[in-house]
Amino acid sequence: MAVEERDNHTGYLTTGHEWNGIKELNTPVPRAVYFFLTIAVAFSIGYWILMPAWPLGVTYTRGLLGIDQRNVVAQSLKEAAADRNVWTAKIQSESYAALLADPKMMAIVREVGRPLFGDNCAACHGRDATGGPGFPNLTTTSFLWGGKPDDIFNTIRVGINSAHKDTHVSQMPAFGRDAMLPRGDVLKAATYVYSLSNPGAKNLDPATVAAGKKIFADNCVACHGDNAKGNPELGAPDLTDRFWIYGGSLDAIDTSVWGGRQGHMPSWEGRLSELDRKILTLYLLDKRTQTP
Amino acid sequence: MRPFPTFSQAPMIAQLTRTERQNAILICLVIAACGFLLAAAGRDDPISIHGALIFVACALMIFRIGKDYYAPEPSDERFAHYYDDPSKAGIVLSMAWVVVGLAFGDWVAWQLVYPDLTFGGGWSSFGRIRPVHTTAVIFGFGGNALIATSLYVLQRTTRARLPDQLSPWFVLMGYNLFCLLAVTGYMLGITQSKEYAEPEWYADLWLVVVWVVYFLIYLRTLARRKEPHIYVANWYFMAFILVVAILHIVNNLAVPVSLGSAKSYSAFSGVQDAMTQWWYGHNAVAFFLTAGFLGMMYYFLPVVAGRPIFSYRLSIISFWGITFFYMWAGSHHLHYTALPQWVQTLGMTFSLMLLVPSWASAGNALLTLNGAWHKVRDDATLRFMMVAAVFYGLSTFEGSFMAIRSVNSLSHYTDWTVGHVHAGALGWVAMITFGSIYAVVPWLWKRTGMYSARMIEAHFWLALAGTVIYVFAMWNSGIIQGLMWRTYSDSGTLAYSFVDSLIAMRPYYIARAFGGLLFLIGGCIGAYNIWMTIREPREAEARAGDLPEPRLAAQPGE
Repeated sequence: MAVEERDNHTGYLTTGHEWNGIKELNTPVPRAVYFFLTIAVAFSIGYWILMPAWPLGVTYTRGLLGIDQRNVVAQSLKEAAADRNVWTAKIQSESYAALLADPKMMAIVREVGRPLFGDNCAACHGRDATGGPGFPNLTTTSFLWGGKPDDIFNTIRVGINSAHKDTHVSQMPAFGRDAMLPRGDVLKAATYVYSLSNPGAKNLDPATVAAGKKIFADNCVACHGDNAKGNPELGAPDLTDRFWIYGGSLDAIDTSVWGGRQGHMPSWEGRLSELDRKILTLYLLDKRTQTP
Repeated sequence: MRPFPTFSQAPMIAQLTRTERQNAILICLVIAACGFLLAAAGRDDPISIHGALIFVACALMIFRIGKDYYAPEPSDERFAHYYDDPSKAGIVLSMAWVVVGLAFGDWVAWQLVYPDLTFGGGWSSFGRIRPVHTTAVIFGFGGNALIATSLYVLQRTTRARLPDQLSPWFVLMGYNLFCLLAVTGYMLGITQSKEYAEPEWYADLWLVVVWVVYFLIYLRTLARRKEPHIYVANWYFMAFILVVAILHIVNNLAVPVSLGSAKSYSAFSGVQDAMTQWWYGHNAVAFFLTAGFLGMMYYFLPVVAGRPIFSYRLSIISFWGITFFYMWAGSHHLHYTALPQWVQTLGMTFSLMLLVPSWASAGNALLTLNGAWHKVRDDATLRFMMVAAVFYGLSTFEGSFMAIRSVNSLSHYTDWTVGHVHAGALGWVAMITFGSIYAVVPWLWKRTGMYSARMIEAHFWLALAGTVIYVFAMWNSGIIQGLMWRTYSDSGTLAYSFVDSLIAMRPYYIARAFGGLLFLIGGCIGAYNIWMTIREPREAEARAGDLPEPRLAAQPGE
């Protein structure tokens, strides 16, 4: 039945079949196809001989080279750690003061600390560590839980209101929402607090500020202190400086007093090595000296 | 007023016999009952929304059938023609899905530039609308185009009419119900979190039923074929249907929490789950996005070019090479993971060997154009197919290259993968589909040609420019990203944070979204052109020889 035809353009015969007008030429498979197929198969067989390749029940062919991806990774991690040892040992052993005074070590801290901070801290504190609404600016001198090197290191280790057993725990009560103070008193206290960091503010009613001071003394000094300078033991912020986590406008302060605050910072002990946490501490101390 | 487009001379339902109409209503009633049960059992679970959706969809179908239920039965004259109504509907659905799918895709792309473009909605977050995009383009656009063209090609290359008129409608409508459940489910938060296999258990089960009927249509038609040999296109379509069924069933094995819950737990866990998923994922690329569309190419390219296939022998080698080698390649998605290294070795080596039959297919297509290159120059329809074959060759080379472990250590998890996928999806799958659709629409609706040849030309250049911009942007982005992730400082620690690499990506994300926009505009022009071709009555004669074997007409049935 099949009638082969010669195709004028290529000179090849058709197979003689036709489907809805489609014909096929009986062109032989180009040599190159067999050539490359042979190369590809030969390469694969060679690769199987050298590398782990075929399953054999509960085990597999290990390959003549004896390469195992787990050993390769373990080995390269070991080598990389050894290479870094020239400076990591120094960071681990020397004091903060000595390291901060050593320009060569601080150059390394800046180089290593930037991506470390970028990958772990920047999501909340911002890429330049200046924070944002709800997240403290870390380039200032005002640290909730203390700004000494050991304090910073410890805060990174345990976190704030975190799942760590030694976590910093702190809560600003919701004086308004939980009906600890009437609405008017909340606003008066907030006005007084506002006046502390804005001593020159003109439009504040002195009577309100005075009333607020009384309410503050009765309710707030336990944590924030008589002079409102805060208490790093309790994580209570200094209310007299210009640094605010949740905003320093009268409205923002009023919102904080009304609804309370309870920030959260994760514990990094389980996620970052002691070395990395020390680098981050140094990185922050260095950032701080850069800010006037 | 121009007449509203009709899918055939006689209303579609009137083409069904009375028995088929009764069966259709019966099937709809059964499925509606299932939908009702899901809605009732689901209570507050999102599955109840899907149950209601199924119920409403079936109710609408019943009304549609009921409207023409008493129309006169079709005469035996119908056996003198191929049954193309489902193909027509499939083409229209395919174009509707592509506009939706590309629009979601470009939206997702702009979200990567401007994250606030979610407008605050949970349903519109990146993680939910990205699968809407992938499902709408792969399954909505690609799947409908495959069903439509495969039924068209099947009849003509066997000279046998479809075995009945109900089952192809069941497949088409059922398949679109699946797609609808999938994309609405993602936005409701229903997903089993398996890439390209996100739909949950009830949608998966439904697709199995639809898919088996699809395969049976193929077998039943082939069994009645009047051609002694089975044409290459049908090998590929058969491989596509059969293997997709196997992949779908195995990867989606899961235990639902209850019959009233959309949530299910996979039968696999850990690295076995990952391996099953990427065995599925890579073979979805192989048998859905490659084999199916090769079937399309093997019919439409030689017909439009008016040339015989370059080499029958090469077709055989490529077909068996592709079907055999692809099956092993999935593990290259899991290089340097918990997957044992020997599995990675097999995935890598089989991916390399796969290149030869893949290029043989692309070469067979391009060499078929010998003697017809003037047509490629003049006819954008054929040019779509030519460029598709080029991109097929390009992306299969790239795929084999990226499967090499050391290359993969740079490319994995980067935008390079995204670029590679889109070289295949835009350059190969979409281009071959647009070319085939532009060829088949005038044949199906019996028009003298497409409404506007210049619009095809515009679509071609927009699609090509969009693809090239997209792919180049992602190559740049991916390689920069990969290099940044592995750059060490002098101190021996990583030099860049992840956010640093994101900032470096931004210009390329803008370029990618712009490329995608061009592709979307092209798709819209294509949809308009096709719509106008259907609306404009420029009646033409049927294609020469486009009739089933006449003896079949006298003895219908199986």
